[in-house]
Amino acid sequence: MDALSAATTRITRDPTSLRYTMVMGVFMRGLRAKSWSPFAVGLAIGLLSWFAFATADHGLGITTPFEYGAALVQRALGSSNEAYFRDHTPKLGWEVMVVVGVFIGSLVSSKLSGDREHATVPIAWRRRFGGSVGLRMALALSGGVVMMLGARLARGCTSGHGITGALQLAVSSWIFIVIAFVAAIATALAIYGRPEPRDARVWRDES
Amino acid sequence: MSDSPLRLALGLVTGVVFGVLLQKGRVAKHGVIIGQLVLRGFTVLKIMLTAIAVGGVGYWVLVAIGATHAEIKPAQMGGILVGGLLFGSGLAVLGYCPGTTIAAVGEGRLDAVAGLLGMLAGAFAFVIGFPLFGELQTSVADWGKLTLPEATNVVAAIWLVGLIASG
Repeated sequence: MDALSAATTRITRDPTSLRYTMVMGVFMRGLRAKSWSPFAVGLAIGLLSWFAFATADHGLGITTPFEYGAALVQRALGSSNEAYFRDHTPKLGWEVMVVVGVFIGSLVSSKLSGDREHATVPIAWRRRFGGSVGLRMALALSGGVVMMLGARLARGCTSGHGITGALQLAVSSWIFIVIAFVAAIATALAIYGRPEPRDARVWRDES
Repeated sequence: MSDSPLRLALGLVTGVVFGVLLQKGRVAKHGVIIGQLVLRGFTVLKIMLTAIAVGGVGYWVLVAIGATHAEIKPAQMGGILVGGLLFGSGLAVLGYCPGTTIAAVGEGRLDAVAGLLGMLAGAFAFVIGFPLFGELQTSVADWGKLTLPEATNVVAAIWLVGLIASG
């Protein structure tokens, strides 16, 4: 770590040096790319989870702060949810900062690469249900409600169970992954059917 | 906020890197998630399995040297069964998982904003209905904070090698 920070200091101290230009050039070119290989991204998420465990004693996760936030708001509004507060001690800290960070990271990444998407009705949805914005918004909202309720019942999502719990070899997470993926695949096939291989632009989300 | 400023900053850094990776991995895109679920594109699975394999090696080394004592999620089968079914079907309708919903909002997608509002409502539904949902979590079978190495008496290293070999 010391060697790394020494090297970083040496490189960043002189913004006019060739080495600074080269390192920043490679870094910025990476950030300006529209996509990285899924294996490179997976490798980096694996390394990021080492960082999270080492610095915060915590794995990557998203939905816990939603539950904690809701419980704290409920209490602030004067409702005493004794059953909940007997079992849990909600607080907003590291976990909520991760969620804020994901938003910022994706915003910066998509701005730098120009990979912004403003279409409210994604291509796969439009092919199946047409271009109604109201229908898409209503069902996206309902999907979000059901998904979060499920995540909190199971105590984790694609991050908390799918990555963190899975790499911790937790029994709960591997059972969750199987059930959730089977339910998601069955639902998606029921909604969309199986597109033809030539419809690749649909699942690459190229509108 | 009861965490120290340093810890909050570490959380923010972790999140920013995670957000960049989700966006560059193209999993903040509705079509890519649906493509995985209809078994036409395998981006999501490639990312997840690589992350699990790489992350697992580091995590179990950190455990072995005593550098992490992160919680293991309890195997409460009632919550896992019902929660898994609800989570999967909601995910297929929305087309983004929780983390990628946040990343999709960052990418400018307005349907993901609707999904995020739904997620907030879902979190309130969970805490409001907690006496019932808490009961459901623990009522069927609660095996506690069980890991595969403990459940099978096979050390973590063997599990990881098996996982990596099968991937």
